[in-house]
Amino acid sequence: MAHTTLSAARTAWQVGAHSAVELCEASLAAIADQDPVLGAFTEVTADRALSRAAAIDRDREAWAHQPLAGVPVAIKDNLCTAEVRTTASSRILETFVPPYTATAVAKLEAAGAIIIGKTNCDEFAMGSSTENSAFRVTRNPWATDRIPGGSSGGSAVAVASGMAPLALGSDTGGSIRQPAALCGIVGLKPTYGRVSRYGLIAFASSLDQVGPLTWTVADAALALSVIAGGDAADATSAPHPVPDYTVGLTGNARGLRIGVPRDLLNGEGVDADVATHVQQALETLKARGASIVDIALPTAAAAIPTYYLVATAEASSNLARYDGVRYGFRAPAEGRDTLRAMYCRTRERGFGAEVKRRIMLGTYVLSAGYYDAYYLKAQQVRTLIRRDYERAFEQVDLVAMPTSPTPAFRIGERIADPVQMYLADIFTVSANLSGLPAISVPCGFSTEGLPIGLQLTGRHFDEATLLRAADAYERDANWSVHRPPHVGARTHA
Amino acid sequence: MPAVFSRAEIARIAALAHLELGEHEVELFADQLGDILGYANQLQPIDTTGVPPTSSVVIEDEGERADAVVPSVDREIALANAPDASLEVGLFRVPRVIG
Repeated sequence: MAHTTLSAARTAWQVGAHSAVELCEASLAAIADQDPVLGAFTEVTADRALSRAAAIDRDREAWAHQPLAGVPVAIKDNLCTAEVRTTASSRILETFVPPYTATAVAKLEAAGAIIIGKTNCDEFAMGSSTENSAFRVTRNPWATDRIPGGSSGGSAVAVASGMAPLALGSDTGGSIRQPAALCGIVGLKPTYGRVSRYGLIAFASSLDQVGPLTWTVADAALALSVIAGGDAADATSAPHPVPDYTVGLTGNARGLRIGVPRDLLNGEGVDADVATHVQQALETLKARGASIVDIALPTAAAAIPTYYLVATAEASSNLARYDGVRYGFRAPAEGRDTLRAMYCRTRERGFGAEVKRRIMLGTYVLSAGYYDAYYLKAQQVRTLIRRDYERAFEQVDLVAMPTSPTPAFRIGERIADPVQMYLADIFTVSANLSGLPAISVPCGFSTEGLPIGLQLTGRHFDEATLLRAADAYERDANWSVHRPPHVGARTHA
Repeated sequence: MPAVFSRAEIARIAALAHLELGEHEVELFADQLGDILGYANQLQPIDTTGVPPTSSVVIEDEGERADAVVPSVDREIALANAPDASLEVGLFRVPRVIG
């Protein structure tokens, strides 16, 4: 029962095949069995979940028309949950219990979903492997010596291994799409502003966006319909009405023009299996009625340095708030401490290496004498990248690329070399820099049996077309029937 | 563009960032920040003459909202996560700043 889609789980509750308590118990059992090995969760909220499930079961009438009634969900631990510890996988927030709930999470709960736990991530969502968590290692269920991707690695593993049918993640440079690709599931980064960022612990505010990780495209559409919408608490959220994104999933890609940036695809560092499977996926879409067009995104090759200058600058500013005064960790006093010494020691001990590295880089590129050469330059190149996409979307409806240049790499393989790690984001960061919606959908397996993801990018606020194409592809290819081998504590005992 | 950092430069940036780095980290970050910025230097040849910077991709402005007073977090709740707070007075406590 734990191995079920979001749509199947909610139907099971609606028709009375399973109670919400049973659905929660199945999730909790899967977590108890597999999570000692996989490490997807930083906290499991079993009591809270079961009591909420019982309340929903008791009052079926009131919940009958809610789209996600009774369904267990996992939440990335950088989304605030009132009364439930929220750490962003950082020592500096190890004891933080937020006074409020993130809007996207509150919308899920209002729709009847039940939070089963908080998922592990790279500290403050900074990373592509989940290895930067201060608390635990998260393993890829397809090969447990491999990383699950990141930064929403725990969310991806929770869904891929059947511990929850839906998880929320956040995506600043690929943090939903890349782990989804590496774990063989669907990950959607909505248009900037489509989902409220209120209660999302800020990393880079002009790039961050909340989105779903699911088994199927239809489930991503269902989840987006629930979490999208304007929010008075987030001035950057968009007021557009929210359609029912599941309605347009016709299985038909007829008439869609899909652009392929060949130069990028043929660039160095793209794994041969990845290139082959993405090409096959394009053939499938063609057979479903889409036309495939070569396009040029000349500045996209510069997306990684642009991203790492813009994102670290914003991070250095956003993370200035962690100073040991209002919340979180404070380093113990030493002698007659000054306020400044307390700040510096607290931050030194509270942050991990990657976070400090990014704060340092961001501080440098914003500092006097270097601002124009680095930060301003990156913002100007960002404009050129946006224009590349604007020009492309005059010709095509979607842009197709791999999600990640390689399948999942081994734990520890890239941790010592930040530049190598950053290269994992080559295909994902442009969507964040341009604010565009993008989805990763499974498109096959490498010769080693590791999942590969196809990425589609759409026009601003055109998630409907994005989902329609991804769904049409998924129905044909049907990769989602492949599930990772069972990884249980029992089998490893 | 400098892609090499001296220990003094790393110390200057750390001071700006309110980080008290250990010896090992100073060495490590001098190398790594050099590598990252060396990599980022590939932006320099791109012609950006007259190109406006993008600082935000907000597509639709939600417009102005009514300037209405709404309830906020209670003081007690706001203080609940503080590592050192005076609940009676309702303040965060920090090391002595003056004198």
